[in-house]
Amino acid sequence: MRATSKAEQERRLTYAQAIREALAEEMERDPSLLLLGEDIGEPGGVFGVTQGLLQRFGAERVLDTPISEEAVIGTALGAALLGVPTVAEIMFSDFATLAMDQIVNQAAKFRYMTGGRTSAPLVIRMVTGTAGATAAQHSQSLEAWFTATPGLKVVTASTPADAKGLLKSAIRDPDPVLFFEHKLLYNSRGAVPAEEYLIPLGEGRVMREGHDVTLVAYLYMVPRALKVAEELAREGISVEVWDPRTLVPFDREGLRRSLEKTGRLVIVHEAPRRNGFGAELAAIAAEEFFSLLKAPIKRVCGMNTPMPYAPELEQFVIPDEARIAAGVREVMRSALGSTSGGC
Amino acid sequence: MQSLAGYSPAFLKELYRKMVLIRRFEERAAELRSLGYIPGFLHPYIGQEAVAVGACAALGSHDYITSTHRGHGHILARGGDPRYMYAELFARRDGYNRAKGGSLHIANIELGIIGANGIVGGGIPIAVGAGLALKQARQLGSRHPDDPRARRADGVAVTFFGDGASNQGAFHESLNLAALWRLPVIFICENNLYGEFTPQHKHQTIRDIATRASSYAVPGLIADGNDVLDVYRVVSKAAEDARKGRGPTLVECKTYRQRGHYEGDMGQYRPAEEVAFWLEADPIKNYRRLLLSGKLCSEDELKALDQAVEQELEEAIAFAKASPHPAPEEALEDVFVESHGGRALL
Ligand SMILES: Cc1ncc(C[n+]2csc(CCOP(=O)(O)OP(=O)(O)O)c2C)c(N)n1
Ligand SMILES: [Mg+2]
Repeated sequence: MRATSKAEQERRLTYAQAIREALAEEMERDPSLLLLGEDIGEPGGVFGVTQGLLQRFGAERVLDTPISEEAVIGTALGAALLGVPTVAEIMFSDFATLAMDQIVNQAAKFRYMTGGRTSAPLVIRMVTGTAGATAAQHSQSLEAWFTATPGLKVVTASTPADAKGLLKSAIRDPDPVLFFEHKLLYNSRGAVPAEEYLIPLGEGRVMREGHDVTLVAYLYMVPRALKVAEELAREGISVEVWDPRTLVPFDREGLRRSLEKTGRLVIVHEAPRRNGFGAELAAIAAEEFFSLLKAPIKRVCGMNTPMPYAPELEQFVIPDEARIAAGVREVMRSALGSTSGGC
Repeated sequence: MQSLAGYSPAFLKELYRKMVLIRRFEERAAELRSLGYIPGFLHPYIGQEAVAVGACAALGSHDYITSTHRGHGHILARGGDPRYMYAELFARRDGYNRAKGGSLHIANIELGIIGANGIVGGGIPIAVGAGLALKQARQLGSRHPDDPRARRADGVAVTFFGDGASNQGAFHESLNLAALWRLPVIFICENNLYGEFTPQHKHQTIRDIATRASSYAVPGLIADGNDVLDVYRVVSKAAEDARKGRGPTLVECKTYRQRGHYEGDMGQYRPAEEVAFWLEADPIKNYRRLLLSGKLCSEDELKALDQAVEQELEEAIAFAKASPHPAPEEALEDVFVESHGGRALL
């Protein structure tokens, strides 16, 4: 390891910069790696994530595409099947609906259908989540559609450092990976090591230690959960915030370790409650870790509605700090045997 | 019909043998299905053999194809081995896909077969991606000559699809993208006049699908899809353009599906005169006659080729029958690459 100054080790990057750095490093490392997406080249992407990459790596490798999601993902897949790793951007994950055949019927299944004789090193960057009055077609959190599709890995990083390390692993992974990036995280800052590092898929992270209740959150709900934990600490409730970081593979052991400490589980996500990833998480906890639980499991999720436009409606639909805190307090009050209402 | 001048007898005979191989492969598959050996769908390629054989004759070892639900012909023409194909249809362990794919998904990247496809139009964008990888191989070749991917620098990707598929967004998006990036992709539309049970005039307003090329400013060529040499000639031209960096071509091959849409469909919705017309235009029968009339080979020689095909298929079927069934737990393999979590991630 090269000696680095403390300042360099602690350099703070935004989530968008960290993603860009991961892309650049991997493009440097593998001269065949291609980026594809709408407006990712000259304009640097709608959220600026790919800024400068066209200038640095050229138009042969940073490919601005027509607005053709199905063809873009299929093209990325076809190249990947021939051994050319590709990273495709879906400008808003809502638009993945136009590429569902290529994601769900083709990419997810190619290896399986061919009896393990093909591999598709493909990453699809999915810009996701609600970011302030973007309404029903630009705000969705669709990760559970894809966690329900065997053959896809699903990454949901919440910090700049995690985003960088996980994206680098995703790019080197021989299977298709959907990499969800939350719009409201792009400008968030965090320490990112200057040295090269990878974060393996399938390892959750304790974001804040606690001993009363495990609060599972991912993407933009992580900073929100951390604020709630801070607030509840003043009430004497010790909240452990645990970020799975990747939903597939899912770190069962990490969840178990946290529940061994706390015995209580609250799950928060932005996606609608019905069939959200929280349902799977709750089922894993109930089936596999029931004996560790001292209280019923609680989910605090998006409402089962499309995303409304008005800011006050949007705020109502997405779990806010008050609702998350209420969920935690409820779990602290209840014990197994008592019932828990929906939220 | 084409003139035989300029072709070697060996080449001409190989075209014949391949077409007969496909015809008899399909006829035997239908029999085997009725005997219970094949659990899944079969969409016979009978009647369209000249398209797959003529097109694949224009391809080399660094070229790739994507195919369709009616894919056996393309796969055989591209060098697929009937043993592993029947084993796959029988859902046996020695199948190309280890019994996980079946007729709709046979693939073998080493042979340049990126796969049949169960989704109408699904293979088209994937071929564009193969074209992108091939274009990159040219660029890679100059900068990183050691990269093994640079070897396929003169490759082309061919995507086969039907008249029905030409109404899919995937077709239009893909042709636009390949045209824009001048990718070495050949779009081969097999217009067999039906999409499932629907005749062409009830699913689109045009007769010549090749005209759709003009929307994307690429050449749109029409070949007689029942004439193997015409298909070869037209696809060779498209391949030459693609290899020289001139971008994609849309080739429409006019042909006919002699059977129903799938094995078991009697195809009674087709007018009798239409069927009779196209049976008369049978690609193998006519090509055989041409070879004989051109005195390129004797009746005995062709019979010997027929016989060799029968023998090869007989052996392939015996191989498939002897191949073991998969063990149920094999269902848990191959979702993810084993070294990256594999079965543990399920
Ligand atoms: C996306 C999709 N829609 C519908 C089907 C059902 N289907 C299978 S084959 C077929 C007809 C396809 O027609 P065409 O493209 O002309 O090919 P052909 O069968 O004539 O070879 C249909 C509708 C399918 N497999 N995939
Ligand atoms: Mg058709």
